[in-house]
Amino acid sequence: MTQEHDKVDGARRSFIGAAAGLTAATVAPGVILHTVAAAPRAEAVTDKVRWGMLIDTAKCADGCTACVQACDRENGLDLQIKPEGASEQMWDRQRAVWIRKVQVQDNLTGRVTNLPMLCQHCEHPPCVDVCPTGASFKRADGIVMVDRHTCIGCRYCMMACPYKARSFIHQVVAEKLTATPRGKGCVESCNLCVHRRDHGEASTACADACAAAGHHAIVFGDLTDAGSAVSKAMAAAASRQIREDLDLNTGVRYSSI
Amino acid sequence: MANAVVRGLLAVTGLVWALGAQPVAADETFVTPGSNAAGLTSCVEPTDFMRRNHMEIIKHQRNTVVHQGIRDSKHTLAGCIDCHVAPGPDHKPVSVYAEGQFCHRCHAYAAVDVNCFGCHATVPTPATASKAASGEFGPDVAQVPDQGAAAGGNRP
Repeated sequence: MTQEHDKVDGARRSFIGAAAGLTAATVAPGVILHTVAAAPRAEAVTDKVRWGMLIDTAKCADGCTACVQACDRENGLDLQIKPEGASEQMWDRQRAVWIRKVQVQDNLTGRVTNLPMLCQHCEHPPCVDVCPTGASFKRADGIVMVDRHTCIGCRYCMMACPYKARSFIHQVVAEKLTATPRGKGCVESCNLCVHRRDHGEASTACADACAAAGHHAIVFGDLTDAGSAVSKAMAAAASRQIREDLDLNTGVRYSSI
Repeated sequence: MANAVVRGLLAVTGLVWALGAQPVAADETFVTPGSNAAGLTSCVEPTDFMRRNHMEIIKHQRNTVVHQGIRDSKHTLAGCIDCHVAPGPDHKPVSVYAEGQFCHRCHAYAAVDVNCFGCHATVPTPATASKAASGEFGPDVAQVPDQGAAAGGNRP
């Protein structure tokens, strides 16, 4: 009797195997989608990480807007609609932008430099200093962002930012993405793709797009980790902060300027 | 005699009406047919608890998400929307805050005016553009039909 129980029933085993395979195949579409995405963060962010970027302006191509477009797509900024009756000029000034392509010229030599300008994620952010509600804040991992739940839209931070990095949403937002909630009456700016950070993804939309366009001008990573690509790039090449006279210790740095 | 018949009829009509107008039993559901929620026995917490406290738990969760980046909670507004959004006649998801849809129906009855959806999407959208480009979606949109097209054209 015991022997009978101990004996492996090959046919039964293969049947169960096939059934399990079939079940997996049926359920797989949902299950696989759930497991492919990296696990969302379960612990609070700490200051053991500081996210930052090095942008090599020598590699930033004239006329290329890959990073801007990628940012717009990632955060639903391309879903903005020009309000009826607004002039093109006004819309250009008022539409939300998280990255701007800027051209700077040295008047003495005539040398022109292209660079993407975005929130510099300062260690001592002036926008946080001036915010009357605490909506503008710096996360422990160095990301400077706006808590839209507490933002009252006073735009004091926009006045305080030396980099003109912030935008105000003037109109009702008809279409928005799940990952980037955005709505009328709040200030917003680059948050280093915070939803990607919290899902353990390696890069930002702009850095990915720049690499995909073949320029590799943007290197993103952890500034506190000496082994990260961004730390190595910073150690290898001279880099500068924009408005370094303000002593803000920016997380976004530029080389070749 | 005729009076008695009329009275009798009236009484019977009244009884039938009274019985018909009785509220349905306690397990009555308000979820929108066709949504994922319609196929589940309860929400992420027991139904009675959710009816009274859903606003408290998502209000707490929003702070931990925004300030601490903790995103593994089962109490998320995105989760509410994923589960309670129902497909319309064209199989595209209908806004959860459209008239007659789950969130709006109860809030309208309770005279509650929330502004969650001033900023938050009312239908599930691809988790990130990069995933949309590669045809891979986050769990948010796994069950939503008509969202498997190329990037850009697949967003509501």
